[in-house]
Amino acid sequence: MQVKLDALIEKSKIEWANLYSSKKTVILVGTATCGRSAGALDTINAIENFTNSNGIECEIIEVGCIGLCYAEPLVVIYSEDKPGVCYGEVDEKKVKTILKAHLIDHNPMQKYSLGTFGDEKVEGFPVLFNEPVLKYQVRRALAKCGIIDPTKLEHYLSFGGYEGLKNAFEIGPEKVIETVKDSGLRGRGGAGFPTWRKWQFCHDSDSDQKYLICNADEGDPGAFMNRALLEGDPHALLEGMIISGYALGASTGYIYCRAEYPLALERLHLSIEQAKDIGLLGSNILDSGFDFNIKIKEGAGAFVCGEETALIASIEGYRGMPRPRPPFPAVKGLWGKPTIINNVESLACVSLILKNGAEWFSEVGTESSTGTKTIALVGKIKNTGLVEVPLGTTLEDLVFKVGGGIPNGKKFKAVQTGGPSGGCVPLELLNTPVDYDSLNSVGTIMGSGGVVVMDEDTCMVDFARFFLDFAEKESCGKCVPCRLGTKQMLDILEDIVNGKGKIEDIKLLEDLSEGIISGSLCGLGQTAPNPVKTTLKYFREEYEAHIIDKKCPSKVCKELIHYWIDPELCVGCRVCLGSCPGGAITGDVKVVHVINDNLCTKCGMCYEVCPPKIDAIEIIPGSSVRVV
Amino acid sequence: MQIDLESVFSGYSGKREEIIPILQDAQEKLNYLPKEAMRKIAKFVRVPESSVYAIATFYAQFRFKPMGKNHVMVCRGTACHVNGATRVLEEVEEQLGISEGETREDMEYSLETVACIGACSLAPCMMINKDVEAKINKKKVAKIFSQGN
Ligand SMILES: Cc1cc2nc3c(=O)[nH]c(=O)nc-3n(C[C@H](O)[C@H](O)[C@H](O)COP(=O)(O)O)c2cc1C
Ligand code: FES
Repeated sequence: MQVKLDALIEKSKIEWANLYSSKKTVILVGTATCGRSAGALDTINAIENFTNSNGIECEIIEVGCIGLCYAEPLVVIYSEDKPGVCYGEVDEKKVKTILKAHLIDHNPMQKYSLGTFGDEKVEGFPVLFNEPVLKYQVRRALAKCGIIDPTKLEHYLSFGGYEGLKNAFEIGPEKVIETVKDSGLRGRGGAGFPTWRKWQFCHDSDSDQKYLICNADEGDPGAFMNRALLEGDPHALLEGMIISGYALGASTGYIYCRAEYPLALERLHLSIEQAKDIGLLGSNILDSGFDFNIKIKEGAGAFVCGEETALIASIEGYRGMPRPRPPFPAVKGLWGKPTIINNVESLACVSLILKNGAEWFSEVGTESSTGTKTIALVGKIKNTGLVEVPLGTTLEDLVFKVGGGIPNGKKFKAVQTGGPSGGCVPLELLNTPVDYDSLNSVGTIMGSGGVVVMDEDTCMVDFARFFLDFAEKESCGKCVPCRLGTKQMLDILEDIVNGKGKIEDIKLLEDLSEGIISGSLCGLGQTAPNPVKTTLKYFREEYEAHIIDKKCPSKVCKELIHYWIDPELCVGCRVCLGSCPGGAITGDVKVVHVINDNLCTKCGMCYEVCPPKIDAIEIIPGSSVRVV
Repeated sequence: MQIDLESVFSGYSGKREEIIPILQDAQEKLNYLPKEAMRKIAKFVRVPESSVYAIATFYAQFRFKPMGKNHVMVCRGTACHVNGATRVLEEVEEQLGISEGETREDMEYSLETVACIGACSLAPCMMINKDVEAKINKKKVAKIFSQGN
């Protein structure tokens, strides 16, 4: 089997080199979920139509997500001898223009280009990887995403794929754990627990059967790092799992992946088949004497199943409810056997560590948080997408350098890390480094790597309410502090955003937070109050404005705003009047329009339809009628 | 209604751990989980029907009422929320004439909200069957559903 794999590696490397040295045109199109939602499949159709009808011989490669999601669909064109040029927002309609310029007139189009792909320079084009969005990144786990075709094992192999596994087999399980220990790798799924330590527990326990589970549930709403990795480089996970299984002495691995990721699931199924065919899964893998198989379990839509013991219950066929720990799964897990649960990214890092060495891994990052972290940058930020930065990069650099800052000239307000379990970090603390310990010290957590940026238009009370609503819905109901506590907190927050808040509520929220944090059974409840706690700490004045002044300063909470037509600006065009579903606007042609607050449902229709040139409608904090 | 789940059961041996995948397959085949199917599944895995219900009702994926031909899922995840998902949902409800969690009488559309579809960088999003619609706003919603109606 080893021989067969080595031959395939050799062949893959040659084919990859030939692909780019040949005269043939090569076109890469990003077709991960983000690319597809932006229309990448239509773009491919259009490319095929164009090249076919113009007799251009070309190879179209569907690649994963390179992370510049804001500019999807992304297309990279390598024509004959020119270096690759990356184009952004290439919808169907632009294909013809771009391809004609690039492939027929041999004149790459600057207008739609983001830069050149690779190191070579072309007059007038920036080098894409020197642009701020990529320059500050260190792409390791994501290095191949957007470069290789994830459905081809050969592509993975040509980049040194499965070399880590070969090394692991050479040094043996104990040395594998030692290497992971030396690398300093901490779990990328949430808590940042040292990976080697769990492994050691499991390795040392004496059991006829042990299990490895990859947590690909990615329940944090607003995060998609694992999805991108699974869709863009699925073999990286498989390799990490085989290495981990070998170190633990486990013969079966499960991937628990959420059903909402159909493309990731498809890629995983395919990769597992490919790995089986070449003897990377099954019995006596690469003549090492080690047997390992991987099964896929689809999640059924419950956030709490990301918690280790709930996840195990779910695989066993029960309601996904957590149980008290200890015993920890490493001692007593799936079907009572020692079980290790690791996040997708942690396992992908393992393949890199075994390939490149522990020292290489810890070259970047901080002393206690080594390596890099993939981060989903979303919300009110210019470069929304997926990035990978060294741990220890400050939030400020992440938001303003890599992320390009806040769009539409708005002001930055806060950044939320760690999803529903995390907290908000305000402007004053933007110099906080993104590492496990620093984020904890300001009241939030790293979580799985979701970073949501908010601008002045985001209401922090509403935002906290949003997360509590999520926690309340997702609470499994087993323990009282979480089940009833989140409900009480949500009710109070609903009151506040609806203008019925009382000043005592703030204290009550703080007390409830403490009770839920200390009394809950699992991580869901223990962290659910974090969004409220941090917004109360850093944005207390917004709560007070809602409660005392009955105003929503960010103009979000419907009950605490009103719409107003500026008589100086209104030209009496009847557009808003006609669109108002509640009949709340009076006026006539060339007669200033007025909103009757008693009838207004605050649907915002008038605000949206008022012609931009006139822009006479304002949203004003506070529910009372403004006196002019 | 006569329900045949043999083709689903043939892939399984009837172990407890198979309940969730069986429910998933059965729902895929039948579009929802009617009483009759629940009874058959309980029998097949040899656990009380109440236990099968206990499991199925725990997970958001399972439904016990038939779903419309088109399944519309509006994302209410964090990124989408910050980018105006509430307004999008209002508009979809308005366009379809049903509220979240409902199915239209003509069985053309069902409307649900989901926690995240993983296209957060193109928020706000919704999914119609298996297709993701990204960067949607009121206008785009109106356009999408006026074609289909
Ligand atoms: C409510 C809850 C949800 C979680 N969701 C996830 C998740 O979606 N993905 C994940 O990797 N870890 C999640 N975790 C953390 C896992 O329980 C576990 O710590 C992690 O998968 C361990 O892997 P790691 O050591 O590689 O980080 C969640 C924890 C809790 C309490
Ligand atoms: S938050 Fe809507 S797609 Fe993730």
